[in-house]
Amino acid sequence: MKPAINTNPEPKLPESDLPESAVRRQTLKAFGLFALAATVPIGVYLWIKNSPNLYGAKKPLRRVLDANETIARTYFSNANLVKTYPLDRAAKQPRQNGYDGLRTPLPADWKLHVDRDEQNPLYLTMDDIRTLPKHELVYDFKCVEGWSQIQHWGGARLADFLERYKLGTKPGNASELFEYVGLETPDKGYYVGIDMASALHSQTLLAYELNGQPISNAHGAPVRLIIPHKYGVKNLKRIGRIFFSDTRPRDFWAERGYDYYLGL
Amino acid sequence: MPRIVHKHPLAIRWFHWINFPVLFVMIWSGLLIYWAYDPYKITLGDWTLISFFPDGFYKALGVSRRLAEGMAWHFVFMWLFLLNGVLYVGYTFVSGEWRHLVPDRNSFREAVQVTLYDLGLRKTQPPFVKYNGAQKIAYFSIMLMGVGSVLTGYAIYKPTQFHWLTALVGGYETARLIHFALTIGYVLFFIVHIAQVIRAGWRNFQSIITGFEVLKPDDPEQAMTTEQAPETPPVAPPINPALS
Repeated sequence: MKPAINTNPEPKLPESDLPESAVRRQTLKAFGLFALAATVPIGVYLWIKNSPNLYGAKKPLRRVLDANETIARTYFSNANLVKTYPLDRAAKQPRQNGYDGLRTPLPADWKLHVDRDEQNPLYLTMDDIRTLPKHELVYDFKCVEGWSQIQHWGGARLADFLERYKLGTKPGNASELFEYVGLETPDKGYYVGIDMASALHSQTLLAYELNGQPISNAHGAPVRLIIPHKYGVKNLKRIGRIFFSDTRPRDFWAERGYDYYLGL
Repeated sequence: MPRIVHKHPLAIRWFHWINFPVLFVMIWSGLLIYWAYDPYKITLGDWTLISFFPDGFYKALGVSRRLAEGMAWHFVFMWLFLLNGVLYVGYTFVSGEWRHLVPDRNSFREAVQVTLYDLGLRKTQPPFVKYNGAQKIAYFSIMLMGVGSVLTGYAIYKPTQFHWLTALVGGYETARLIHFALTIGYVLFFIVHIAQVIRAGWRNFQSIITGFEVLKPDDPEQAMTTEQAPETPPVAPPINPALS
Protein backbone atom coordinates (compact mmCIF):
# COMPACT_ATOMS: atom_id res chain seq x y z
CA MET A 1 0.00 0.00 0.00
CA LYS A 2 1.28 3.43 -0.93
CA PRO A 3 2.00 5.42 2.22
CA ALA A 4 -0.64 8.12 2.36
CA ILE A 5 0.53 11.67 2.95
CA ASN A 6 -1.41 13.13 5.81
CA THR A 7 -2.75 16.32 4.26
CA ASN A 8 -4.56 17.34 7.43
CA PRO A 9 -1.95 17.22 10.15
CA GLU A 10 -3.13 18.09 13.63
CA PRO A 11 -2.45 21.82 14.00
CA LYS A 12 -0.11 23.02 16.70
CA LEU A 13 -1.73 24.86 19.56
CA PRO A 14 -1.12 28.61 19.41
CA GLU A 15 1.21 29.99 22.04
CA SER A 16 1.85 33.52 23.25
CA ASP A 17 3.95 35.37 25.78
CA LEU A 18 2.03 37.38 28.33
CA PRO A 19 3.14 39.33 31.37
CA GLU A 20 2.55 37.52 34.65
CA SER A 21 -0.09 40.11 35.62
CA ALA A 22 -2.10 39.54 32.45
CA VAL A 23 -2.06 35.79 33.00
CA ARG A 24 -3.26 36.28 36.55
CA ARG A 25 -5.99 38.68 35.46
CA GLN A 26 -7.28 36.35 32.74
CA THR A 27 -7.24 33.38 35.11
CA LEU A 28 -9.23 35.25 37.75
CA LYS A 29 -11.67 36.50 35.14
CA ALA A 30 -12.25 33.00 33.78
CA PHE A 31 -12.73 31.49 37.23
CA GLY A 32 -15.08 34.29 38.22
CA LEU A 33 -17.15 33.75 35.11
CA PHE A 34 -17.09 30.01 35.74
CA ALA A 35 -18.37 30.47 39.28
CA LEU A 36 -21.07 32.77 38.00
CA ALA A 37 -22.07 30.29 35.28
CA ALA A 38 -22.16 27.48 37.84
CA THR A 39 -25.02 29.25 39.60
CA VAL A 40 -27.14 28.80 36.45
CA PRO A 41 -27.76 25.04 36.79
CA ILE A 42 -28.31 25.49 40.52
CA GLY A 43 -30.77 28.27 39.77
CA VAL A 44 -32.55 26.19 37.14
CA TYR A 45 -32.85 23.31 39.58
CA LEU A 46 -34.23 25.52 42.36
CA TRP A 47 -36.60 27.24 39.95
CA ILE A 48 -38.05 23.91 38.81
CA LYS A 49 -38.09 22.48 42.35
CA ASN A 50 -39.92 25.50 43.75
CA SER A 51 -42.38 25.81 40.88
CA PRO A 52 -46.00 24.94 41.58
CA ASN A 53 -47.36 21.69 40.25
CA LEU A 54 -49.28 21.92 37.05
CA TYR A 55 -51.38 18.82 36.66
CA GLY A 56 -49.12 16.67 38.83
CA ALA A 57 -45.76 17.76 37.42
CA LYS A 58 -43.63 20.81 38.12
CA LYS A 59 -44.85 23.61 35.91
CA PRO A 60 -41.71 24.10 33.75
CA LEU A 61 -41.44 20.34 33.19
CA ARG A 62 -45.15 20.09 32.34
CA ARG A 63 -44.77 22.92 29.84
CA VAL A 64 -42.00 21.06 28.02
CA LEU A 65 -43.93 17.78 28.15
CA ASP A 66 -46.86 19.58 26.53
CA ALA A 67 -44.50 21.02 23.92
CA ASN A 68 -43.20 17.48 23.31
CA GLU A 69 -46.82 16.47 22.73
CA THR A 70 -47.27 19.22 20.16
CA ILE A 71 -44.16 18.04 18.33
CA ALA A 72 -45.26 14.40 18.49
CA ARG A 73 -48.76 15.22 17.27
CA THR A 74 -47.44 17.07 14.25
CA TYR A 75 -45.48 14.07 13.02
CA PHE A 76 -47.94 11.46 14.30
CA SER A 77 -49.13 9.46 11.37
CA ASN A 78 -51.85 6.86 11.30
CA ALA A 79 -49.81 5.22 8.55
CA ASN A 80 -47.17 4.25 11.12
CA LEU A 81 -48.28 0.89 12.40
CA VAL A 82 -47.20 -0.86 15.53
CA LYS A 83 -45.09 -3.90 14.67
CA THR A 84 -47.08 -7.13 14.73
CA TYR A 85 -45.89 -10.66 15.46
CA PRO A 86 -46.93 -14.21 14.55
CA LEU A 87 -49.60 -15.69 16.79
CA ASP A 88 -47.28 -18.16 18.51
CA ARG A 89 -45.11 -15.36 19.90
CA ALA A 90 -47.96 -14.13 22.10
CA ALA A 91 -47.63 -14.65 25.85
CA LYS A 92 -49.69 -17.54 27.17
CA GLN A 93 -50.11 -15.81 30.54
CA PRO A 94 -50.42 -12.15 29.69
CA ARG A 95 -49.14 -9.89 32.38
CA GLN A 96 -51.47 -7.43 34.00
CA ASN A 97 -50.64 -4.50 36.19
CA GLY A 98 -52.87 -2.36 38.34
CA TYR A 99 -56.39 -2.63 39.68
CA ASP A 100 -57.43 1.01 39.56
CA GLY A 101 -61.05 1.21 38.46
CA LEU A 102 -61.49 -2.52 39.01
CA ARG A 103 -61.85 -2.53 42.79
CA THR A 104 -65.64 -2.44 42.72
CA PRO A 105 -67.44 -5.39 41.11
CA LEU A 106 -68.56 -5.05 37.51
CA PRO A 107 -72.16 -3.77 37.52
CA ALA A 108 -74.56 -6.59 36.59
CA ASP A 109 -76.45 -4.25 34.29
CA TRP A 110 -73.29 -3.02 32.55
CA LYS A 111 -73.83 -1.26 29.29
CA LEU A 112 -71.35 0.87 27.42
CA HIS A 113 -72.47 4.43 27.96
CA VAL A 114 -71.50 6.86 25.19
CA ASP A 115 -72.24 10.57 25.44
CA ARG A 116 -73.56 11.90 22.18
CA ASP A 117 -75.22 15.01 23.47
CA GLU A 118 -76.74 15.97 26.80
CA GLN A 119 -80.21 14.57 26.14
CA ASN A 120 -79.39 11.56 24.12
CA PRO A 121 -76.79 9.16 25.55
CA LEU A 122 -76.18 5.88 23.82
CA TYR A 123 -76.25 2.59 25.74
CA LEU A 124 -74.73 -0.41 24.03
CA THR A 125 -74.43 -4.07 24.96
CA MET A 126 -71.54 -6.38 24.12
CA ASP A 127 -73.73 -7.89 21.38
CA ASP A 128 -73.93 -4.46 19.75
CA ILE A 129 -70.15 -4.16 19.85
CA ARG A 130 -69.66 -7.67 18.51
CA THR A 131 -71.65 -6.85 15.37
CA LEU A 132 -68.71 -4.71 14.25
CA PRO A 133 -65.95 -6.43 12.24
CA LYS A 134 -63.50 -8.19 14.56
CA HIS A 135 -59.79 -7.47 14.25
CA GLU A 136 -56.97 -9.36 15.89
CA LEU A 137 -53.68 -7.84 16.90
CA VAL A 138 -50.50 -9.54 18.13
CA TYR A 139 -48.16 -6.77 19.24
CA ASP A 140 -45.64 -5.78 21.87
CA PHE A 141 -47.63 -4.22 24.70
CA LYS A 142 -45.45 -1.55 26.35
CA CYS A 143 -45.67 -0.51 29.95
CA VAL A 144 -44.56 2.91 31.06
CA GLU A 145 -42.43 1.13 33.67
CA GLY A 146 -40.22 -0.16 30.87
CA TRP A 147 -41.25 -3.77 30.37
CA SER A 148 -43.02 -5.03 27.28
CA GLN A 149 -44.77 -8.26 26.33
CA ILE A 150 -46.17 -9.66 23.11
CA GLN A 151 -49.91 -10.09 23.57
CA HIS A 152 -52.77 -11.23 21.37
CA TRP A 153 -55.90 -9.09 21.48
CA GLY A 154 -59.15 -9.14 19.52
CA GLY A 155 -62.01 -6.67 19.20
CA ALA A 156 -63.59 -3.95 17.13
CA ARG A 157 -61.68 -1.01 15.76
CA LEU A 158 -62.53 2.11 17.71
CA ALA A 159 -62.58 3.94 14.36
CA ASP A 160 -65.26 1.54 13.05
CA PHE A 161 -67.24 1.94 16.25
CA LEU A 162 -67.20 5.75 16.03
CA GLU A 163 -68.13 5.58 12.36
CA ARG A 164 -71.02 3.15 12.88
CA TYR A 165 -72.67 5.18 15.62
CA LYS A 166 -71.71 8.57 14.19
CA LEU A 167 -69.77 9.51 17.27
CA GLY A 168 -67.14 12.11 17.99
CA THR A 169 -68.48 14.66 15.55
CA LYS A 170 -69.58 18.15 16.46
CA PRO A 171 -73.33 18.79 16.76
CA GLY A 172 -74.60 20.34 13.54
CA ASN A 173 -71.34 19.65 11.70
CA ALA A 174 -70.82 15.97 11.02
CA SER A 175 -67.49 16.54 9.28
CA GLU A 176 -65.77 18.17 12.26
CA LEU A 177 -64.41 15.93 14.98
CA PHE A 178 -63.86 16.65 18.64
CA GLU A 179 -60.20 16.80 19.60
CA TYR A 180 -60.28 14.30 22.44
CA VAL A 181 -61.95 11.09 23.54
CA GLY A 182 -62.42 10.55 27.27
CA LEU A 183 -62.92 7.13 28.80
CA GLU A 184 -63.64 6.07 32.36
CA THR A 185 -64.43 2.92 34.30
CA PRO A 186 -67.99 2.34 35.61
CA ASP A 187 -66.86 3.31 39.13
CA LYS A 188 -64.89 6.31 37.77
CA GLY A 189 -61.85 5.00 39.65
CA TYR A 190 -59.73 5.18 36.49
CA TYR A 191 -59.99 7.51 33.55
CA VAL A 192 -57.94 8.49 30.52
CA GLY A 193 -57.97 11.06 27.76
CA ILE A 194 -56.89 10.23 24.21
CA ASP A 195 -56.34 12.56 21.28
CA MET A 196 -58.72 11.87 18.40
CA ALA A 197 -55.96 11.04 15.88
CA SER A 198 -54.72 8.24 18.15
CA ALA A 199 -58.27 7.03 18.76
CA LEU A 200 -58.78 6.72 15.00
CA HIS A 201 -55.57 4.75 14.45
CA SER A 202 -56.36 1.51 12.63
CA GLN A 203 -54.78 -0.59 15.41
CA THR A 204 -56.76 1.02 18.22
CA LEU A 205 -59.33 -1.51 19.41
CA LEU A 206 -62.30 -1.86 21.69
CA ALA A 207 -60.92 -5.20 22.80
CA TYR A 208 -63.04 -8.01 24.21
CA GLU A 209 -60.81 -11.02 23.50
CA LEU A 210 -57.39 -11.99 24.81
CA ASN A 211 -55.72 -15.06 23.33
CA GLY A 212 -59.01 -15.83 21.58
CA GLN A 213 -61.00 -15.93 24.83
CA PRO A 214 -63.25 -13.31 26.41
CA ILE A 215 -60.99 -11.12 28.53
CA SER A 216 -61.00 -11.68 32.27
CA ASN A 217 -62.03 -9.13 34.88
CA ALA A 218 -58.41 -8.45 35.75
CA HIS A 219 -57.68 -7.66 32.10
CA GLY A 220 -60.69 -5.35 31.82
CA ALA A 221 -63.83 -7.38 31.02
CA PRO A 222 -66.14 -6.95 29.30
CA VAL A 223 -64.48 -4.42 26.97
CA ARG A 224 -61.34 -2.33 27.24
CA LEU A 225 -59.24 -0.02 25.16
CA ILE A 226 -56.18 -1.38 23.36
CA ILE A 227 -54.29 1.56 21.93
CA PRO A 228 -50.97 -0.03 21.01
CA HIS A 229 -49.08 3.15 20.17
CA LYS A 230 -49.54 4.45 23.69
CA TYR A 231 -48.17 3.08 26.95
CA GLY A 232 -50.29 0.58 28.85
CA VAL A 233 -51.59 3.19 31.28
CA LYS A 234 -53.66 4.71 28.46
CA ASN A 235 -55.25 1.32 27.68
CA LEU A 236 -58.29 1.77 29.92
CA LYS A 237 -59.73 -1.46 31.31
CA ARG A 238 -63.47 -2.08 31.78
CA ILE A 239 -64.87 0.90 29.90
CA GLY A 240 -67.96 2.38 31.52
CA ARG A 241 -68.36 5.63 29.68
CA ILE A 242 -66.96 7.24 26.56
CA PHE A 243 -67.30 10.95 25.87
CA PHE A 244 -65.89 13.59 23.56
CA SER A 245 -64.38 16.96 24.23
CA ASP A 246 -62.27 19.74 22.76
CA THR A 247 -60.31 20.09 25.98
CA ARG A 248 -58.20 17.35 27.47
CA PRO A 249 -60.35 14.98 29.52
CA ARG A 250 -58.92 14.33 32.95
CA ASP A 251 -56.37 11.56 33.03
CA PHE A 252 -55.54 9.40 36.02
CA TRP A 253 -51.78 9.09 35.51
CA ALA A 254 -51.27 12.55 34.03
CA GLU A 255 -52.70 13.89 37.30
CA ARG A 256 -49.95 11.92 39.00
CA GLY A 257 -47.20 13.65 37.07
CA TYR A 258 -46.91 11.59 33.89
CA ASP A 259 -46.79 12.99 30.40
CA TYR A 260 -50.40 13.31 29.19
CA TYR A 261 -49.78 12.16 25.64
CA LEU A 262 -47.61 9.09 26.29
CA GLY A 263 -47.60 8.29 22.58
CA LEU A 264 -45.13 5.78 21.21
CA MET B 1 7.41 36.60 30.87
CA PRO B 2 5.42 33.36 31.05
CA ARG B 3 4.48 31.58 27.88
CA ILE B 4 0.91 30.35 27.60
CA VAL B 5 -0.52 27.77 25.23
CA HIS B 6 -4.08 28.32 24.07
CA LYS B 7 -5.60 24.91 24.58
CA HIS B 8 -9.42 25.02 24.68
CA PRO B 9 -11.38 27.57 22.62
CA LEU B 10 -14.21 29.28 24.50
CA ALA B 11 -16.90 27.28 22.66
CA ILE B 12 -15.32 23.96 23.63
CA ARG B 13 -15.25 25.05 27.28
CA TRP B 14 -18.93 25.99 27.15
CA PHE B 15 -19.93 22.72 25.49
CA HIS B 16 -17.92 20.78 28.05
CA TRP B 17 -19.38 22.48 31.10
CA ILE B 18 -22.95 22.63 29.82
CA ASN B 19 -22.77 18.92 29.14
CA PHE B 20 -21.73 18.24 32.73
CA PRO B 21 -25.00 19.19 34.54
CA VAL B 22 -27.14 18.09 31.58
CA LEU B 23 -25.60 14.63 31.48
CA PHE B 24 -25.87 14.46 35.24
CA VAL B 25 -29.63 15.13 35.02
CA MET B 26 -29.99 12.58 32.22
CA ILE B 27 -28.21 9.86 34.22
CA TRP B 28 -30.06 10.68 37.44
CA SER B 29 -33.50 10.87 35.82
CA GLY B 30 -32.67 7.76 33.80
CA LEU B 31 -32.07 5.98 37.09
CA LEU B 32 -35.49 7.11 38.35
CA ILE B 33 -36.96 5.53 35.21
CA TYR B 34 -34.84 2.39 35.33
CA TRP B 35 -35.86 1.78 38.92
CA ALA B 36 -39.44 0.92 37.84
CA TYR B 37 -38.22 -2.09 35.86
CA ASP B 38 -34.63 -3.13 36.43
CA PRO B 39 -33.93 -6.50 34.83
CA TYR B 40 -30.28 -6.07 33.89
CA LYS B 41 -27.49 -7.99 35.51
CA ILE B 42 -24.19 -9.50 34.54
CA THR B 43 -24.13 -13.21 35.25
CA LEU B 44 -21.51 -15.93 35.01
CA GLY B 45 -23.49 -19.14 34.81
CA ASP B 46 -25.76 -19.05 37.84
CA TRP B 47 -23.55 -16.56 39.59
CA THR B 48 -24.73 -12.94 39.51
CA LEU B 49 -21.63 -10.82 39.16
CA ILE B 50 -23.29 -7.40 39.15
CA SER B 51 -26.98 -6.64 39.54
CA PHE B 52 -28.11 -3.21 38.36
CA PHE B 53 -28.92 -2.28 41.09
CA PRO B 54 -29.28 -3.67 44.61
CA ASP B 55 -32.08 -2.21 46.74
CA GLY B 56 -29.61 -0.49 49.05
CA PHE B 57 -28.31 1.51 46.11
CA TYR B 58 -31.79 2.84 45.30
CA LYS B 59 -32.48 3.56 48.95
CA ALA B 60 -29.22 5.43 49.42
CA LEU B 61 -29.97 7.62 46.41
CA GLY B 62 -33.68 7.92 47.19
CA VAL B 63 -34.85 7.01 43.69
CA SER B 64 -37.72 4.73 44.65
CA ARG B 65 -41.20 5.41 43.23
CA ARG B 66 -40.22 8.45 41.23
CA LEU B 67 -40.92 7.19 37.70
CA ALA B 68 -43.17 10.08 36.64
CA GLU B 69 -40.66 12.61 37.89
CA GLY B 70 -37.80 10.76 36.17
CA MET B 71 -39.63 10.67 32.85
CA ALA B 72 -40.49 14.37 33.07
CA TRP B 73 -36.88 15.43 33.69
CA HIS B 74 -35.57 12.99 31.09
CA PHE B 75 -37.93 14.18 28.34
CA VAL B 76 -37.17 17.82 29.08
CA PHE B 77 -33.39 17.66 29.36
CA MET B 78 -33.02 15.32 26.38
CA TRP B 79 -33.47 18.44 24.25
CA LEU B 80 -30.54 20.21 25.89
CA PHE B 81 -28.38 17.09 25.63
CA LEU B 82 -29.25 16.78 21.94
CA LEU B 83 -28.81 20.49 21.20
CA ASN B 84 -25.49 20.76 23.04
CA GLY B 85 -24.21 17.64 21.29
CA VAL B 86 -25.25 18.78 17.81
CA LEU B 87 -23.73 22.23 18.32
CA TYR B 88 -20.53 20.69 19.69
CA VAL B 89 -20.07 18.34 16.75
CA GLY B 90 -20.95 21.16 14.33
CA TYR B 91 -18.44 23.46 16.02
CA THR B 92 -15.58 20.95 15.90
CA PHE B 93 -16.11 20.67 12.14
CA VAL B 94 -16.41 24.37 11.46
CA SER B 95 -13.42 25.29 13.63
CA GLY B 96 -11.19 22.41 12.60
CA GLU B 97 -11.04 21.26 16.23
CA TRP B 98 -11.96 17.79 15.00
CA ARG B 99 -8.30 17.40 13.95
CA HIS B 100 -7.40 17.31 17.63
CA LEU B 101 -10.16 14.83 18.43
CA VAL B 102 -10.54 12.25 15.71
CA PRO B 103 -8.14 9.36 16.23
CA ASP B 104 -5.98 8.23 13.32
CA ARG B 105 -4.17 4.98 12.82
CA ASN B 106 -1.30 6.08 15.06
CA SER B 107 -3.63 6.80 17.93
CA PHE B 108 -4.14 3.17 18.85
CA ARG B 109 -0.41 2.41 19.12
CA GLU B 110 0.03 5.67 21.00
CA ALA B 111 -2.83 4.77 23.34
CA VAL B 112 -1.06 1.56 24.31
CA GLN B 113 2.15 3.52 25.04
CA VAL B 114 0.21 6.10 27.07
CA THR B 115 -1.51 3.39 29.06
CA LEU B 116 1.83 1.70 29.78
CA TYR B 117 3.21 5.08 30.87
CA ASP B 118 0.17 5.72 33.08
CA LEU B 119 0.63 2.33 34.69
CA GLY B 120 4.29 3.09 35.34
CA LEU B 121 5.52 0.43 32.90
CA ARG B 122 7.07 2.92 30.50
CA LYS B 123 9.36 5.81 31.30
CA THR B 124 8.29 8.42 28.75
CA GLN B 125 5.06 9.57 27.25
CA PRO B 126 4.87 9.66 23.47
CA PRO B 127 4.75 13.26 22.17
CA PHE B 128 1.37 14.69 21.27
CA VAL B 129 -0.15 18.04 20.37
CA LYS B 130 -3.42 18.51 22.30
CA TYR B 131 -4.63 15.05 23.25
CA ASN B 132 -2.66 11.84 23.30
CA GLY B 133 -3.89 8.76 21.47
CA ALA B 134 -5.73 7.41 24.48
CA GLN B 135 -7.51 10.72 25.02
CA LYS B 136 -8.46 10.98 21.35
CA ILE B 137 -9.96 7.51 21.41
CA ALA B 138 -11.77 8.15 24.69
CA TYR B 139 -13.18 11.56 23.76
CA PHE B 140 -14.16 10.45 20.28
CA SER B 141 -15.84 7.34 21.68
CA ILE B 142 -17.78 9.42 24.15
CA MET B 143 -19.03 11.52 21.26
CA LEU B 144 -20.12 8.40 19.36
CA MET B 145 -21.74 7.13 22.56
CA GLY B 146 -23.70 10.37 22.75
CA VAL B 147 -24.96 9.76 19.22
CA GLY B 148 -25.84 6.21 20.26
CA SER B 149 -27.73 7.38 23.33
CA VAL B 150 -29.77 9.84 21.30
CA LEU B 151 -30.62 7.27 18.63
CA THR B 152 -31.50 4.47 21.05
CA GLY B 153 -33.30 7.01 23.25
CA TYR B 154 -35.61 8.10 20.45
CA ALA B 155 -36.01 4.45 19.42
CA ILE B 156 -37.45 3.72 22.87
CA TYR B 157 -39.33 7.02 23.10
CA LYS B 158 -41.31 6.63 19.84
CA PRO B 159 -41.00 3.01 18.69
CA THR B 160 -44.10 3.31 16.49
CA GLN B 161 -43.56 6.71 14.91
CA PHE B 162 -39.80 6.04 14.52
CA HIS B 163 -40.24 2.32 13.85
CA TRP B 164 -37.45 2.42 11.26
CA LEU B 165 -35.07 3.79 13.88
CA THR B 166 -36.16 1.19 16.43
CA ALA B 167 -35.60 -1.54 13.84
CA LEU B 168 -32.20 -0.02 12.94
CA VAL B 169 -30.94 -0.32 16.51
CA GLY B 170 -32.18 -3.87 16.95
CA GLY B 171 -35.72 -3.47 18.27
CA TYR B 172 -37.32 -2.02 21.37
CA GLU B 173 -35.74 -4.23 24.01
CA THR B 174 -32.29 -4.17 22.43
CA ALA B 175 -32.48 -0.40 22.18
CA ARG B 176 -33.28 -0.16 25.87
CA LEU B 177 -30.36 -2.45 26.73
CA ILE B 178 -27.93 -0.42 24.58
CA HIS B 179 -29.27 2.81 26.07
CA PHE B 180 -28.59 1.45 29.55
CA ALA B 181 -25.15 0.05 28.67
CA LEU B 182 -24.10 3.42 27.24
CA THR B 183 -25.13 5.07 30.49
CA ILE B 184 -22.92 2.66 32.44
CA GLY B 185 -20.21 3.62 29.93
CA TYR B 186 -20.57 7.33 30.80
CA VAL B 187 -20.27 6.57 34.48
CA LEU B 188 -17.11 4.52 33.92
CA PHE B 189 -15.71 7.25 31.65
CA PHE B 190 -16.50 9.84 34.30
CA ILE B 191 -14.58 7.90 36.97
CA VAL B 192 -11.49 7.49 34.75
CA HIS B 193 -11.77 11.08 33.52
CA ILE B 194 -11.81 12.50 37.05
CA ALA B 195 -8.90 10.26 38.08
CA GLN B 196 -6.86 11.40 35.07
CA VAL B 197 -7.66 15.06 35.68
CA ILE B 198 -6.44 14.71 39.25
CA ARG B 199 -3.29 12.98 38.00
CA ALA B 200 -2.63 15.61 35.34
CA GLY B 201 -2.75 18.31 37.98
CA TRP B 202 -4.06 21.78 38.49
CA ARG B 203 -2.48 23.49 35.47
CA ASN B 204 -4.17 21.02 33.14
CA PHE B 205 -7.51 21.35 34.96
CA GLN B 206 -7.59 25.13 34.87
CA SER B 207 -7.13 25.12 31.10
CA ILE B 208 -10.71 23.81 30.68
CA ILE B 209 -11.83 26.89 32.61
CA THR B 210 -9.42 29.58 31.41
CA GLY B 211 -8.71 28.09 28.01
CA PHE B 212 -4.95 28.31 28.33
CA GLU B 213 -2.20 26.49 30.10
CA VAL B 214 0.81 28.31 31.51
CA LEU B 215 4.16 26.89 30.41
CA LYS B 216 6.96 27.25 32.92
CA PRO B 217 10.40 27.40 31.31
CA ASP B 218 12.01 25.88 34.39
CA ASP B 219 9.64 22.95 34.44
CA PRO B 220 11.67 19.90 33.40
CA GLU B 221 8.64 17.99 32.21
CA GLN B 222 7.39 20.87 30.15
CA ALA B 223 10.83 21.55 28.66
CA MET B 224 11.04 17.97 27.53
CA THR B 225 7.65 18.12 25.86
CA THR B 226 8.61 21.30 24.06
CA GLU B 227 11.79 19.68 22.77
CA GLN B 228 9.87 16.69 21.55
CA ALA B 229 7.38 18.75 19.60
CA PRO B 230 9.45 20.34 16.84
CA GLU B 231 8.20 23.00 14.48
CA THR B 232 5.91 21.60 11.81
CA PRO B 233 8.18 20.52 8.97
CA PRO B 234 7.46 22.08 5.57
CA VAL B 235 6.55 18.66 4.16
CA ALA B 236 4.22 16.47 6.17
CA PRO B 237 6.04 13.36 7.36
CA PRO B 238 4.92 10.04 5.93
CA ILE B 239 3.01 7.67 8.14
CA ASN B 240 5.32 5.65 10.33
CA PRO B 241 6.49 2.76 8.12
CA ALA B 242 6.30 0.36 11.04
CA LEU B 243 2.56 0.27 10.54
CA SER B 244 2.39 0.12 6.75
